[in-house]
Amino acid sequence: MSDGSWRKILIIFLVHAAFVGFWWGGVIIADIPAYILPTPWQALKTLEVENYNWGTHFMATSQEIFGGYILAVIVGVTSAVMFSWSKTTDEIFMPLLVTLNMIPKVAMAPLFIVWLRFGIETNIVITFTICFFPILLNTARGMREVEPDLLDLVKSLHGSRWQIFTKIQLPGALPYIFSGMKVATVLAVAGAIVGEFIQSDKGLGWFMLVTQEALNTDAMVMALLLVTLIGVVLYGIVLLLERIFIVQDARVE
Amino acid sequence: MNREQTMSEPFISLSNVRKVYMSRNIEFEAISNVTMEIAEGELVCLVGPSGCGKSTLLRILAGLHDHDAGEVHIGNATTPFDPSKDIGMVFQQPLLLKWRRILENVLLPAEILGLPAKESRERASDLLNMVGLEGFEDKYPYELSGGMQQRAAIARALVHDPKLILMDEPFGALDALTREKMNLELLDIWRKSQKTILFVTHGIQEAVFLGTHVAVMSSSPARMADFFAVDLPHPRGLDIKTHENFGVYTRRIYKLLGME
Repeated sequence: MSDGSWRKILIIFLVHAAFVGFWWGGVIIADIPAYILPTPWQALKTLEVENYNWGTHFMATSQEIFGGYILAVIVGVTSAVMFSWSKTTDEIFMPLLVTLNMIPKVAMAPLFIVWLRFGIETNIVITFTICFFPILLNTARGMREVEPDLLDLVKSLHGSRWQIFTKIQLPGALPYIFSGMKVATVLAVAGAIVGEFIQSDKGLGWFMLVTQEALNTDAMVMALLLVTLIGVVLYGIVLLLERIFIVQDARVE
Repeated sequence: MNREQTMSEPFISLSNVRKVYMSRNIEFEAISNVTMEIAEGELVCLVGPSGCGKSTLLRILAGLHDHDAGEVHIGNATTPFDPSKDIGMVFQQPLLLKWRRILENVLLPAEILGLPAKESRERASDLLNMVGLEGFEDKYPYELSGGMQQRAAIARALVHDPKLILMDEPFGALDALTREKMNLELLDIWRKSQKTILFVTHGIQEAVFLGTHVAVMSSSPARMADFFAVDLPHPRGLDIKTHENFGVYTRRIYKLLGME
């Protein structure tokens, strides 16, 4: 690793440590009661409380986030590819999808619960719905961004449509796919939590509502930290895959 | 090669080629009156202003456009021509695939044609040496300057050993000095590869400097105004630009394009 990237990692670490430091110091200096804002340590201590069942909730929310997200990547990319193959499909469905994208996906969540009843699967569907559009729209855009001269070059060699797709279109669209995937990570976390908020019987979002009633702010903050952690891990995985698959210069910043 | 035969049967023969576009029910002539015969191994420059149809003519030869009238014939008894394998193209932009290393970029046509991988790799790396990109095989396009990228694009156009190279203003996006340098190198590549090259440009000096023949295309009406052989010695260096005939030819083109 180069000196530059070590420096970056050091900065990332220091900024986060400073944030925790300010939080901690601020709570102590301003003498904020724990039911308003606990110190990081007070929040961490709640992990010891056994009947909070952290493992169950953590797993449930992780499944919802990862499940819905992965589904959205698969379905989103596949449909965008299909659109790029058929102009008719694109012309028929794109306007509809743009309108559907305008629906506040969060507002769909109560309906999904009516249709599917509450549960992890339903929350996966909610997460999927919210992540699907940015991935689809970004991928579709990437598929369209092909240099016409490059197509001519392949056509002059009587290259097949499949060759154009695998050698030019798809690798060319990868940066756009990742750009959509990065946007979708944030939405995935929100989607799963919204589902749990509306109705469920487990998960970190549900757990926050339950602990709120008892004003166990320390546990609420811990749950929030864990949700954020899942999001950060998801984002990290996507960044890593991007680094593996995409040449630096081709990335969409 | 039997010179007599080549003389009698040109490699490319165009006769009264015409292409029209329809726009709002009005016909526009993209090109007309294009007649020329090109022997194998020549470097023919198509020169003219924007909109004179020189790129259209290139695309017709590449099989990307149909023509509406006249005859287009490529290949002869000594050198048969397979339109799916024998075209190499270079555009104004290098159009290298950003995600591929230079060697892999050069290999693209070979992959599309399904040529044997090992031989193609060897050939690609020989070609990279020839265009002066030795040691850049494993670089990505963004690590190369514009001129170097265009050299890689030329190597890519040669990798499947096509019989006809079509170049559409390949040095048009380069700065003047790089362009001069690339012109010299193109002559070198042409001499080594012995390919037939059609080179589209709107640089009049460039056309005379490079071409064994020059076709002058004029716009409105879009037609071929002249086609002549450039009688200047080979191999050519920059000093040829001060050759008496060089001025005669460039003046001839300026005149045809109504600039004198």
